[in-house]
Amino acid sequence: MSNAPVDNGRRRFLTAATSVVGGVGVVGVAVPFIGSWNPSARAKAAGAPVEVNVSKIEPGQLVRAEWRGKPVYVVRRTDKTLADLAKHDDQLRDPNSAEPQQPEYAQNAHRSIKPEIMVALGVCTHLGCAPTHHKGDFEQHVAGVTDGFFCPCHGSKFDMAGRVFQGVPAPLNLSVPEHSFPKEDTLLIGVAPGEA
Amino acid sequence: MNNFLAWIEARLPVMEAMNKHVLQYPAPKNFNFWYFFGSLAMLVLVNQILTGIWLTMNYEPSGDGAFASIEYIMRDVDYGWLLRYMHSTGASAFFVVVYLHMFRGLMYGSYQKPRELLWIFGMLIFLVLMAEAFMGYLLPWGNMSYWGAQVIISLFGAVPVVGEDLATWIKGDYVISGATLNRFFALHVVALPLVLVVLVFLHILALHEVGSNNPDGVNIKKPKGSQKPEELSKFKFHKQYADKYDIVDAIPFHPYYTVKDIMGVAGFLIFFCWVMFFFPEGGGYFLEAPNFTPANGLKTPEHIAPVWYFGPFYTILRVVPDKLMGTILMFAAIGVLFALPWCDRGTVKSIRFRSKWHLLNLIQFSICFIALGILGTMPASDIANLIGTIATIGYFGFFLAIWIYSKNENTKPVPERVTK
Repeated sequence: MSNAPVDNGRRRFLTAATSVVGGVGVVGVAVPFIGSWNPSARAKAAGAPVEVNVSKIEPGQLVRAEWRGKPVYVVRRTDKTLADLAKHDDQLRDPNSAEPQQPEYAQNAHRSIKPEIMVALGVCTHLGCAPTHHKGDFEQHVAGVTDGFFCPCHGSKFDMAGRVFQGVPAPLNLSVPEHSFPKEDTLLIGVAPGEA
Repeated sequence: MNNFLAWIEARLPVMEAMNKHVLQYPAPKNFNFWYFFGSLAMLVLVNQILTGIWLTMNYEPSGDGAFASIEYIMRDVDYGWLLRYMHSTGASAFFVVVYLHMFRGLMYGSYQKPRELLWIFGMLIFLVLMAEAFMGYLLPWGNMSYWGAQVIISLFGAVPVVGEDLATWIKGDYVISGATLNRFFALHVVALPLVLVVLVFLHILALHEVGSNNPDGVNIKKPKGSQKPEELSKFKFHKQYADKYDIVDAIPFHPYYTVKDIMGVAGFLIFFCWVMFFFPEGGGYFLEAPNFTPANGLKTPEHIAPVWYFGPFYTILRVVPDKLMGTILMFAAIGVLFALPWCDRGTVKSIRFRSKWHLLNLIQFSICFIALGILGTMPASDIANLIGTIATIGYFGFFLAIWIYSKNENTKPVPERVTK
C-alpha cells in the first residue's frame, strides 16, 4: 500500500459502482437459470385446445376429456339437476362464484355457457386429486343432495356446478376452464368464445 | 516413507487434522447408546451416495423410460435389485437414525448454548434430507410418486397471487411431467447431495469447535488451571484443546469411540439387512403399493399417503381446514425446530437434572410426534382429524411450554463432573 492520502469519497463511489454492476451481472446470469424452468415450447404446444362432441353425452352422464394433462369433466345435466342447484346455496362456501375460479362468461348460477353442459377441471382445489362423480348416491356425503362430487383423498365435496361445500379442506370451487361452442354440438376446451 | 509423509505434511497438514479431529479429539467418557446415531447417519449417507451412483448407471430419467428402467434394474441388471433395495431401505434408515439422533439432542440439551449453530446445521441437514427424499421418491415414476409430488407441489399454489405460476414454474409444465422428473433427477443426484455433504462437513467442524455434549450435560473442559493435575484426563489431547482447557473425564475419539461405533455399525447392519432382505417394501411403508403401477395423471390412487417419515408434517398440513394456513403451519413445524435453542431459556442441559415438567413435556412431544406420524399414513376421517389436531397442538405446545417453564425451572443440582 502506498502512503498516498485516501480519498474516501472516491473509494466509496468505486465500491458502490462495482457492487451495482456486479449485482446487475448476477441478476442477468440468474435469468437463464430461472427461465429454463418455465414450460418449454413443446410443453406449451401440448397444452393446445381439445374438442368434445357433446351430442353423444347421455343426460346425467359424465365424460372425461384430457386437456393439458388434466382431466376435464363434461356432464350433461338433467333439468332436475339444474333445478336442484339452487336448493343448497346455504351449505356452499361460494354459492355465487365470487372467487375467480371461472371465466366471466361462466360466472352464473350453473357456471357454464350452456346450462345443461357442465365443464370443470376434475382436479380438487385442495391438493389436486380427482373427485369422483356420485349420481343419485351423494346423500351419504351431504344430506338432501342427491348428486355431486366427492374427493377420496381428503373428503372435499362439490355440487353439480362444481361448487364446494362448507367444512371441507378444499378452499375453492372447481376450476372452470376457458371453453366455447364453435358449433352447436362441439365443445372446445381451452378457447374462450369468439377467440379462436 | 517418513520423508514422503513429512513432505506431504509440510504442504498439507493431514496428520495434524487427523490428530485434531480423530486421534487426539477429547470426547466425554460417558457416551451411551444414544450416541451411535451420528456415526450411523454418516454410514447411511455413504450407502446412499454409493448405491445412488450405481443406480444412475442404469436408470433412465424420462417420463417414458423411468418406470421401465426401474423394472429393468430390478429384473435384468446383476445385483440391481440389491442396489435398489439398499438405496430404498437406506432412505428409510436415514430418517430412523436422524430422528433418533435429534431425539438424543432433545434429551440431553445438545442444542443449548454454545451448540446453537451446531443444531442449526443439523436442522439444515434435516431440511435438505427431506427435499432429497421427496425428489428421490418421484424418480421411480410410479403412481404414488406422481400423486405424492402432485400434492406437495400444489402446496406452492397456496401462495397468494403468484402461487399458480410458481407451481407451474416448479413443474416446468402445466402438470407433473417428464420435465418435472428430469429436474428432480438433476437436483436429487447432483445438487442436493453436494449441499448435504458440505452441511455434514460444517456440522462436524462446528461440533469439534464447541465439543461434544454428553448424557449428563456437564462440560468436560474446565477453565485452564482450575483442576489438580491428578484430576486431568490421562490421555494426550491436541494442543488446540489441551492448551486452552483443563480436560477431565475425556477419552480420545480413536480408538475408544471408533471401536464403540463399529459395534453400533454391526448391530445396525444386522437390523438393516434383516429389513432389506426380508421386508424391502417395509410392509408398504417404504415402497407403497400404488407405486408398482406407472404414473397416471388421470387416475388418483384411492388414498394418497406420504412415505412414513413425512407422516408427522403431512398430518399437520391435513388437520388445518385452510390450505394456505395448513401449508404455513407445516413449514412452521420444521421452522420452530430451528428456534429451539432460543425457546429453551434454561441452563441445565440434560433431562437427568431437569424438572418433572420438562420430562413430561418431552414425553408428550414424543407421543404427539409418533401419533402425527401414524395418522399421516392413514386415510382422513373425523376421528383422525380430531386426534391430529390435538397432536398438532401438543407438537407446538412443546416449544411454548419449554419457553415458559425454563425461565425459572426447578432443576436438580448439576454435578461438577460427569457421573461414574
